[in-house]
Amino acid sequence: MGQLFAVEIIYRGVFQKTLAKNITRGIVLAAHYEGKPGISFGRYGDSPERNGIPAKSFAIVASDDLTLQLGMAHYEPTQVDVTVVLDDTLCKGIESWAWAGLHAVNQGVKPDGTLIVASLQEPEELLQMIHRREKPYKLGIVKAIASFSGMWIYKDDHTDVRILGAIAKAFPELMSIESVEKYINTKLKSSLKATSARTAYERFGAIEIEPGRGNAEEPFQFELLKWEEMREGATIKGQPQGGPYTDPVTGKLGGFRPARNDKFRKATTRTTRPVVNFETCTKCTLCWLNCPDGTFDVTPDGTYDANLETCCGCGICEAVCPVENCITMVNEAEFHDNNSQWLSYKKDKEGYLQWLKTTIHPIEQRSYGFRYRGQYAEQVPAALEIAKKG
Amino acid sequence: MATLTLPVEQQKPPVEQEALITGAEAIAVACKLANVDVVTAYPIRPYDTVMQYMSQLVADGELDCEFIVAESENSQFEIVKQASTCGARTFCGSSGIGWMYAMEVLTVAPALRVPLVALVGNRALDDPGAFGVEHNDALAVRDLGWLLTWVDSGQEALDTALIAYRVAEDRRIFVPLAISCDGAFLTHSQSLVKVPSAEQVKKFLPKYDRGDLLLHPDNVISVAPQANEDWVMEIRRQNYKVTEKAVDVIREVYADFERIFGRKYGNPFFEEFMTEDADVVLFGMGTLSIPVKVAIRKLREQGKKIGFVRLRWFRPFAGKEIAKALERFSAIGVIDRDLSLGSPDLSGVVATELRSAMYTNASTRPPVLGFICGLGGREVTLPDVEKMAESVFQAAAGKAQPLTQWIGLRG
Repeated sequence: MGQLFAVEIIYRGVFQKTLAKNITRGIVLAAHYEGKPGISFGRYGDSPERNGIPAKSFAIVASDDLTLQLGMAHYEPTQVDVTVVLDDTLCKGIESWAWAGLHAVNQGVKPDGTLIVASLQEPEELLQMIHRREKPYKLGIVKAIASFSGMWIYKDDHTDVRILGAIAKAFPELMSIESVEKYINTKLKSSLKATSARTAYERFGAIEIEPGRGNAEEPFQFELLKWEEMREGATIKGQPQGGPYTDPVTGKLGGFRPARNDKFRKATTRTTRPVVNFETCTKCTLCWLNCPDGTFDVTPDGTYDANLETCCGCGICEAVCPVENCITMVNEAEFHDNNSQWLSYKKDKEGYLQWLKTTIHPIEQRSYGFRYRGQYAEQVPAALEIAKKG
Repeated sequence: MATLTLPVEQQKPPVEQEALITGAEAIAVACKLANVDVVTAYPIRPYDTVMQYMSQLVADGELDCEFIVAESENSQFEIVKQASTCGARTFCGSSGIGWMYAMEVLTVAPALRVPLVALVGNRALDDPGAFGVEHNDALAVRDLGWLLTWVDSGQEALDTALIAYRVAEDRRIFVPLAISCDGAFLTHSQSLVKVPSAEQVKKFLPKYDRGDLLLHPDNVISVAPQANEDWVMEIRRQNYKVTEKAVDVIREVYADFERIFGRKYGNPFFEEFMTEDADVVLFGMGTLSIPVKVAIRKLREQGKKIGFVRLRWFRPFAGKEIAKALERFSAIGVIDRDLSLGSPDLSGVVATELRSAMYTNASTRPPVLGFICGLGGREVTLPDVEKMAESVFQAAAGKAQPLTQWIGLRG
């Protein structure tokens, strides 16, 4: 048997679907200049056309055709040489609708493999999100904002070739930077993009992550039912109605928290989360009424608290809230837990309001890409600047 | 405590009435006796006989149900699917391409475990536009989890419709069931049919109880979510279990039918005619049984030992029992009023199924000849049957015969 190489790209549907495909295609075509056959594909069970859903693309490359067939015998590789994460908020783990539970982004990386994250954050910050594991791996960062490159009207910000350059550095056995440049010059016909790839190649470095380093949270898993245990008629039992809960300060029972299906989790779809100012909330109910996922708990105070195990981060609550800055969508990378905001507020009102004032409201870049038409195009110069600086 | 004494009149066993009705009307009468809740209709010949009769029953105040004329067959079946999920006993049906237009709903209904009962007035699939009988319409769902039965008389149509509700609504089954009646020969010809009393039917047919699968505000469930490869195979396995159980359930229900109504059908899965001492048999479904039986009596007069086996239940196909019953004959001729174009040996659907059942279940290997006959509503004539019988006798005598022959074809 010859050598088999696998690269996995974790991305957000639908915005990064084309970007992910362009990268895996680039890998296969660049490696092919070195005589290696390969295939590129998206995970079929994913739902990559849906807004924000975590999804995967793969490139499988081999030293020869028979070895490639060995790689193709499993539809999805479970062990990869390189995993690329195209949006750093995905570092909290991924819940594609095609999997049961939460998958850590480093789950498939081989012990000598590399996890590459497109991010403006430092490794220390990312490791607060990336789950710890028992085997070592390498972590490298390509400085970039989450890119929509390749999607419809969005401008090309070179993220595709910069990732290719980084992969060539992290894993030269797969393909050399010269093959990447040849691919870019021949197929993409852009010497500027070839330069971007070379620059990313030269700058890229990965650090060794020792076993046990990272987010201590145990990724949520559950056993799939056997056929005889499943309900018949393709039916799912509804949840009980829910009810009031306790105010941690007064000890009084009040409000309403709906019961939720603990298996249907999808919070990793979220790239931004609502932050609520409980002081200015007028209890108008609009967020609660309009949330498509039943995310809001009615607190014993009569205000509304987003349940962050449920929230998908769509931002409708912010859009319908009539009070300025009462609900604010904030980039998910700012947070490292899903705890109740109302509980923090109740325990320390002054501290909470101070946090809102100093940490949340000054954040200008509260979401990206889809707040108004043309916003992403405006971000491209800044992205290119980041790419230049490295 | 006083003893309750019934008036003498009420102690009498319930009396059956007799009615001169078509096969389709017999099924409508059964629906009335079964007290169906929701009926949907969309006209297509020959199924529409049942819809006309049922609307008359509703108009005359004899049947209290929601009678909905849908805008197409697709909606017609969609409505009963939803109603059945909500606990309603339903009836619907169609023919030919109308049935095919409902295919999307026909496909999903078994996995949702809805015990629909439908009439298929068998009709050739267009093109060319034709009213006459062929079995390919109902057979189109043969691999999808439907139970499929063919009847050959008005009496059997009525009885089987009652049996159908009892079988489909059995908690072990809960899948849709179609009763096939040959277009014209059964749907449109009137015969004298014994109509059981409401009391008898009440004894035989319990209420439709959907239990924990009932879609109701007091039993909150989601039905048919999008599922991925982690779940689909397990859901398919559940439907497979139904097909494993169906043979036993059907046998139980026929035994109960006989006990309550006193009418005997013998083996529920197939009817044997003059087979006791037969060397060879013909095998087929539906109303072709009548000319076949007449021809066989004639052949018997000439001393030819031939019998006939009429298949009642195509799904489930009681392979073991059928093979055991047929392995004693020295040759079998299957009459298919359908096509399975491009199939092994280019035979019809029933011949192909039977060969498969015989291969795995029979201890002997008699030749199984296939005959394509009576397509598009063409009559299966006595000379046709004699021709088929002759070929089967030749095969039994060891003379090679074509595996598939077209009978009654010009040229």
